[in-house]
Amino acid sequence: MTTFRMNRRSVLAGAAATAFSARSMAQAQQPITIRIGVLNDRSGLYADLTGEGSAIAARMAVEDFGAAAKGLNVQIVSADHQNKPDIGANIARQWYDNDAVDVIADVPTSSVALAVNQITREKNKIFLNSGAATSDLTGSQCSPNTVHWTYDTYMLSQGTGGAMVKAGGDTWFFLTADYAFGHALERDTSAVVQRQGGRVIGSVRTPFPGTDFSSFLLQAQASRAKVIGLANAGGDTVNSIKQAAEFGITAGGQKLAGLLVFVNDVHALGLQTAQGLVLTETFYWDLNDSTRAWSRRFAPQRAGNMPSMVQAGVYGSVLHYLKAVAATKSKDAAQAMAWMKANQTDDPLFGKGTIRADGRKMHPAYLFEVKKPSESKGPWDYYKLLATLPAEEAFRPLSANACPLVRA
Amino acid sequence: MFELLGIPPQALFGQLLLGLINGSFYAILSLGLAVIFGLLNIINFTHGAQYMMGAFISWMLLNWLGIGYWPSLLLAPVVAGVSGVIIERLLLQRLYHLDHLYGLLLTFGLALIIQGLFRNYFGSSGLPYQIPAELRGGQNLGFMFLPNYRAWVVVASLVVCLATWFVIEKTRLGAYLRAATENPTLTQAFGINVPLLITLTYGFGVGLAAFAGVLAAPIYSVNPNMGADLIIVVFAVVVIGGMGSILGAIVTGFGLGIIEGLTKVFYPEASATVIFIIMAIVLLVKPAGLFGRTA
Repeated sequence: MTTFRMNRRSVLAGAAATAFSARSMAQAQQPITIRIGVLNDRSGLYADLTGEGSAIAARMAVEDFGAAAKGLNVQIVSADHQNKPDIGANIARQWYDNDAVDVIADVPTSSVALAVNQITREKNKIFLNSGAATSDLTGSQCSPNTVHWTYDTYMLSQGTGGAMVKAGGDTWFFLTADYAFGHALERDTSAVVQRQGGRVIGSVRTPFPGTDFSSFLLQAQASRAKVIGLANAGGDTVNSIKQAAEFGITAGGQKLAGLLVFVNDVHALGLQTAQGLVLTETFYWDLNDSTRAWSRRFAPQRAGNMPSMVQAGVYGSVLHYLKAVAATKSKDAAQAMAWMKANQTDDPLFGKGTIRADGRKMHPAYLFEVKKPSESKGPWDYYKLLATLPAEEAFRPLSANACPLVRA
Repeated sequence: MFELLGIPPQALFGQLLLGLINGSFYAILSLGLAVIFGLLNIINFTHGAQYMMGAFISWMLLNWLGIGYWPSLLLAPVVAGVSGVIIERLLLQRLYHLDHLYGLLLTFGLALIIQGLFRNYFGSSGLPYQIPAELRGGQNLGFMFLPNYRAWVVVASLVVCLATWFVIEKTRLGAYLRAATENPTLTQAFGINVPLLITLTYGFGVGLAAFAGVLAAPIYSVNPNMGADLIIVVFAVVVIGGMGSILGAIVTGFGLGIIEGLTKVFYPEASATVIFIIMAIVLLVKPAGLFGRTA
């Protein structure tokens, strides 16, 4: 048993120490504790292009920003929304109400993202979306608390859709994943096709997720459309491209437009099947020296897999948010959002850019073609650059936006 | 030229054929489930994961050992079958005297573990597997382009299904198996090693699932969730056919493939649900399933 003996000297020393530490605490910055929740698909078909890789990207942003030295104590938490809006909404509420989460990042799957968008606005927190595609996040359902970073359905349709029509593909048939994302992508691409003088001659809504697309592909083939637009993503896209090759659809002269193809999908298809596919992304690991340097730091943490544009977007958006908190010395949502929109973004992955009033992050988009197996120098060497679309061309102009924040 | 509900007959034939092809997968998978349930009384929820393992094993054989499609058509089911034998000996055997529910929960848990392990190692977006050179290309049937590989899938699955049915219903080995299900104690008294029969049956059922996986590898995305997406449908097929009925599993497998194929033409949005609607109706009208016997 130990006893604690107290004498006058130790009491005095203790009192002095307490007084001193209290003063020094008041003089130095009180560290601001920020909790960022990375909410995405960690087990389903989008787990590779979002998942743990997005959490790694967020941690890299914290590290690269030197958050600790700038008086920020940043914690990253993560959860699996299983691509289900109800599960995603529950986690978001739990995080905001009980777990002191300030920011939710990533959130692929449009239906989940729209739910989180709504909850974030109610709770007056911040939503940095990278993974979802629907352009409604900065359109009819835009929110003062949301930044939509990486890409959206308008940009995908503008990039891939526009390029296909220009190359003579003026009649379209859509294979559309039957949920919010697929519908938005079909709607936005149809608009681009029609604006450029093309025609949409049919579409079929396919259950999500699907395995066998041959039946839908035959309907597309029978329509004799020049372009078959794949308004789907992930495993659905992989299966439809694989089966289109098998049924001789591409050999028969019809072209496939993969409206949302990620580098991970190309990896899953293999160049033999994916070669020649035209697609649009806003980030590719082999784009320039700074993307290569960052990706080479990322890949070893993901068993050698290169980052997707979604993971890159998580990095960029978290970095910009941390800058806002460090500059405003507050994690007040309105202040941070105002700072983020007022100041230029700058990161090694997307370069310099801006965030518009509607929450849309502006940066260029790149039209890529998938290399032939003979052109590829090794694993993950998949794309060649066809064209660069400046941000103003790639994303929906403010004048055409249904977002109430813009019209106000 | 006549049209049926606005669909030209060419398109209809094409869709019927495609339905038959998808039905082949349902048939092999539900056959494996029916064999296992019939003889072990275990509702094998690991079946989808074992189908996925078949596809992954053939990918590993090709990329790690350089063994191509044809040998892996035999090897992958054997490897998966051996893993099934181990599972049966280590785990399932302890559950035979308990309620069905325990076997279901155990196999469901195993399925999640296996999928998790594969996802952890291979990621979720999938791996490429090419169609073997001998089966590339296809035939123009006039009403549709039939890839050679799909024709092979139908033939292979029909042969496997019929052979299985023949072995179980018409041979001495099959008679032992059926006797062991009917009355294990009496069968054992005749000097037949019933536990061994049961173990091998489970291994065979797992092998069937893996065989379907190898067939699927070149045309579907080879990813850890491929079985989870399919298994629920296959369970519906088994329920409609009648739990444990071999012939029921085969006939309903092909039949429901066709019905699903037609739904994809007339009302694509419902094609993922049509099988469950049929299941609900069958359960109301004939609870033991179309080919099942009421106990």
